[in-house]
Amino acid sequence: MIRLLWQRLLWAIPVLWLVLTITFVLLRVAPGGPFDSERQLTAEAAAQIAAKYQLDQPVMVQYGSYLVQVLQGDLGPSFQYPDQTVNELIAYGLPISATLGIWALLLALLIGLPLGVLAAQRADKPTDFLIGITAVFGISVPNFVIGPLLILALAVYWPLLPVGGWNGGQMNHLVLPVITLALPFIAYITRLFRGALLEELQKPYITTARAKGCSESRVLWMHAFKPAMLPVVSFLGPASVGLITGSVVVEQIFGLPGMGRYFVQGALNRDYTLVLGVVLVVALLMLIMNTLADALYRWLDPRAGEQR
Amino acid sequence: MKIKLALSWLIIMSLWVIIGPWLSSQQPDFIHWDAMAQAPGSQFWFGTDVMGRDLYVRTLLGGRLSLLVALVATCMSLLIGVSYGLLSGYLGGRTDRFMMRFLDVLYALPFLFLVILLLVFFGQHMILLFIAIGGYIWLDTARIVRGQTLVLKKQAYVEAAQAMGQSTTRILSRHILPNLRGVVIVYATLTIPQVILIESFISFLGLGVQEPNTSWGTLVSEGVDNLQTAPWSLWIPGAFLSLTLMAFNLLGDGLRDYWDPKRLRPR
Repeated sequence: MIRLLWQRLLWAIPVLWLVLTITFVLLRVAPGGPFDSERQLTAEAAAQIAAKYQLDQPVMVQYGSYLVQVLQGDLGPSFQYPDQTVNELIAYGLPISATLGIWALLLALLIGLPLGVLAAQRADKPTDFLIGITAVFGISVPNFVIGPLLILALAVYWPLLPVGGWNGGQMNHLVLPVITLALPFIAYITRLFRGALLEELQKPYITTARAKGCSESRVLWMHAFKPAMLPVVSFLGPASVGLITGSVVVEQIFGLPGMGRYFVQGALNRDYTLVLGVVLVVALLMLIMNTLADALYRWLDPRAGEQR
Repeated sequence: MKIKLALSWLIIMSLWVIIGPWLSSQQPDFIHWDAMAQAPGSQFWFGTDVMGRDLYVRTLLGGRLSLLVALVATCMSLLIGVSYGLLSGYLGGRTDRFMMRFLDVLYALPFLFLVILLLVFFGQHMILLFIAIGGYIWLDTARIVRGQTLVLKKQAYVEAAQAMGQSTTRILSRHILPNLRGVVIVYATLTIPQVILIESFISFLGLGVQEPNTSWGTLVSEGVDNLQTAPWSLWIPGAFLSLTLMAFNLLGDGLRDYWDPKRLRPR
């Protein structure tokens, strides 16, 4: 396990560096600067602003100093929100996105796994068929279609829940965004777990357990459950990536001030430092989540470590 | 059953989207000042949006674009993904390890964010959209093709061909590629809905397809803005989008079950 973490740490360095460099190059090659939209500045003021944000330095110097800065954990000042640093903006937005993501993941597991078990128990019966169709539906309908429809149904026509907004993260403000974000993952986990369970239940050791007189529920929960979790666990890595991108849309729909919103706004406003900061944080999160998923996988299946 | 249902929607929808706009008397950009946000009816089959534009023609045109993006990006993904996976799998050894490592690095990048950046900074050209999505979506294809190639390359007929001294190009094109057909078709069918989803996702954020063009994602996002005054402008394009995605997913599932009941597993 320790070795895995070390490997991942070493692996993270080139990946993060690459992400940083690619975004930096993209941002600098792009036409249009961060201060273009403002009213015409005098040459003096423009020079002053450029000096403040080091835009007058050669690109390589900017790159170097940014790299050093980031290594010290400082993502620099925001171009668009002059009074705030990118660190502050992310520190404000990240908890909101994270809350959304964690709840959605929990919900996906808490609903997806039982549904998967149910479908596997009733394989090829009407219940299974119904769950299967619903799952395809859940995977196919994009969250930016489901979200607004949920708003229309549960907040406008039948005003049970607020239309949007964060409001300090009150529970009722969380319900719709979390459901919207979770739906495709519920569907995906259901399908994945059903398939894995069915495959597992055909293996010889299950036959042995049954022959020894284990009850069906003991066979399912004590024997088949853990190995069948493996595909679900390896899905958690990509799932977290999906949750991050999904929350960009969900934050847009429900007007939540999370990281995704900052990213879209920052990209539109050419807020160089903010965009770079968000992309770096997202890349870091992806690496962390993938590592966690891998660690969990190895804990469940120790053989996985030995093979490589 | 699944396959038939899915195929029939896809065929009907494609024909509708391609031919429909020519048969309709409405213009996509014409603004009916006297009929803004009108519910679906006999004159406007899908109603009008808040600007008084006919939604029927706009939905069909949006579909044309979504399908076009899907087609082009999927072809790109196949072209890059299949050749990359084929080479990596067949050549093996150090080349393979290097190529897979490279793929791992690409996997770790937050690609969707980079695609958005690319589109924002270099203008929302259609071609850029194609390249950006196509350049991102091929990773999975490459992995799968590599895995299959690894299995196929150990088959007796490939070894026979090698023993007979056939050239690598010939083995790849005559012996391995044809046997990849099934897998490639299945994954192409599963790539198409992903591409459509990504395109509409980006367009939904207002970063993809721009006026005067439209796509399902753009239409949905306009519908969301006018949720209360014109709900049909949300759910009609939304339904087209969702049904199409569902049909492709069902088709992909069905084909996968049909083609290889016991999937050949690499590793």
